[in-house]
Amino acid sequence: MPTPTQIPFVDYLVLDDGDPHLVAHECTSCGARFFDRRNACASCFADDFKTVPIATEGELRSFTIVAFAAPGVDVPFVAGVVDCDGTTVRGNVVNCPPDPEHVTLGMKVRLTTFSTGTDERGVDAVNFGFEPAG
Amino acid sequence: MSASDDIWILGISMTKFGKHLDKDVVDLGAEAIKGALADAGVSMRDVGVLAAGNLMGRGGIGQQLQKQIGQTGIPVYNVANACATGATALRTAIMAVKAGEVDMGLAVGVEKLAGAGLLGGHDRAPDDAEWKPRGRFGAVGPVDGRIGTETMPGVFAQIGMEYGHKYGGTSFELFAKISEKNHSHSTLNPLAAYSKAMSLEQIMGDVMIAYPNTRPMCSANCDGAAAAVVVNGAKLKTLSLEQQRRAVKVTASVLTTDPWQEACQVLPDVNTLTRNAARQAYEQAGVGPKDLDLVELHDCFATAELVHYDNLMLCEEGGAVDFFESGASWRTGSTPVNVSGGLQSKGHPISATGIANIWEVAQHVRGECGDRQIEGAKIGLAHVIGLGSACGVHILEKSAA
Repeated sequence: MPTPTQIPFVDYLVLDDGDPHLVAHECTSCGARFFDRRNACASCFADDFKTVPIATEGELRSFTIVAFAAPGVDVPFVAGVVDCDGTTVRGNVVNCPPDPEHVTLGMKVRLTTFSTGTDERGVDAVNFGFEPAG
Repeated sequence: MSASDDIWILGISMTKFGKHLDKDVVDLGAEAIKGALADAGVSMRDVGVLAAGNLMGRGGIGQQLQKQIGQTGIPVYNVANACATGATALRTAIMAVKAGEVDMGLAVGVEKLAGAGLLGGHDRAPDDAEWKPRGRFGAVGPVDGRIGTETMPGVFAQIGMEYGHKYGGTSFELFAKISEKNHSHSTLNPLAAYSKAMSLEQIMGDVMIAYPNTRPMCSANCDGAAAAVVVNGAKLKTLSLEQQRRAVKVTASVLTTDPWQEACQVLPDVNTLTRNAARQAYEQAGVGPKDLDLVELHDCFATAELVHYDNLMLCEEGGAVDFFESGASWRTGSTPVNVSGGLQSKGHPISATGIANIWEVAQHVRGECGDRQIEGAKIGLAHVIGLGSACGVHILEKSAA
């Protein structure tokens, strides 16, 4: 099997099935959605899930501009919470100056992807963020 | 409720918060316990159970303390619940007394945190030579800073901003004004780590940590300890009139965690569990928010204080900004909040915080709070949040004796 040329930064980012998008584990009993590996549903305790795509456009519900972070973490960056058509997603706001004049509550954003670097094999780790839409 | 079901704080104490370079966690915890026992007029011989909390140490703080202050063979519960650890220790001692296993319990929380720096984030290790998915998100590298933030100032900044998005009216200046209030309050508290007033300009012009929280809008890492002795009503009746007069009634003691809500695993939901705890506490105590003479709430960041006005129902839903702007939460207002200076200036030695806030309320309802006494205070509420999350709410009432 040939080495892939790229790998998603997290396993809930899908790069090889149409346009890049996020997916969630959706509880087949109650519809609660989760991005992490699950043991059961935190809402209704069932343990059957299906994979569902998440809307790639949304509204910025909250953000902070992190100016001071742990060593090795590049600052400033904008950490945000995006309402993607009813599913809440955590991600950075990118392609936008990191200041409160340009980043505003309620702004429309859309998913975008970018390289975070290649490893020794030449594999590119692709991460996601949200950029201003319109 | 029979007299034996009543829970009373018989004695309570906190150390000065700040830098204690020459004291270790055992010194600080022992100081708080000896202070609480002296305040209660009892000794380790009278205590039936010890619940102890310390997060940053080597474990087994309860037994370490016993070895310095008195080994009587009683059960020790070492507890941990993030920033709600102190309240959890107190709640554990109260449960043992309520269960009837003992008639007197002791709780202590202690932390050495001066100079600890930023909490929640970790130094980012270099990425691996080969990208390899790991952990529950199948991440090929650390996500802090790449997919949101894990540092506490940033998490709580988003919690305050989310409130602003939902209800409007928030701004950098508004959050800074909340901090201005708490720093002003701290000038009357000799046990606070920082007791200097700060102007709005100073607060807004200080180092930005995570917008809109500048450095003085963040809780102050410091060293400190607090301890409390609790008894049931039947035991209290056997003690002196002076002990009965100074005892403070615990009319509500509640601990909650966050029930599942959409998004609660994306950005911590500190609202639902606080609201649930408050509702239960008001019901237990038979009082409402309007009856409170003072509130000590978990202002780990200025952005957090705002949302808890609403969560503790000190205002109408969505009305936290108006509540603050009215002056209600200043010590001269209708519901004084954080007259101790709060975590932003009194300081936040994490495991001690959930008992120190109760000490503050107890001193006021006893009428023993000196220069910062809220005149005629009879009922007060103490609230604490440990991210993850746990929420402790206690309501205290002046002794009728």
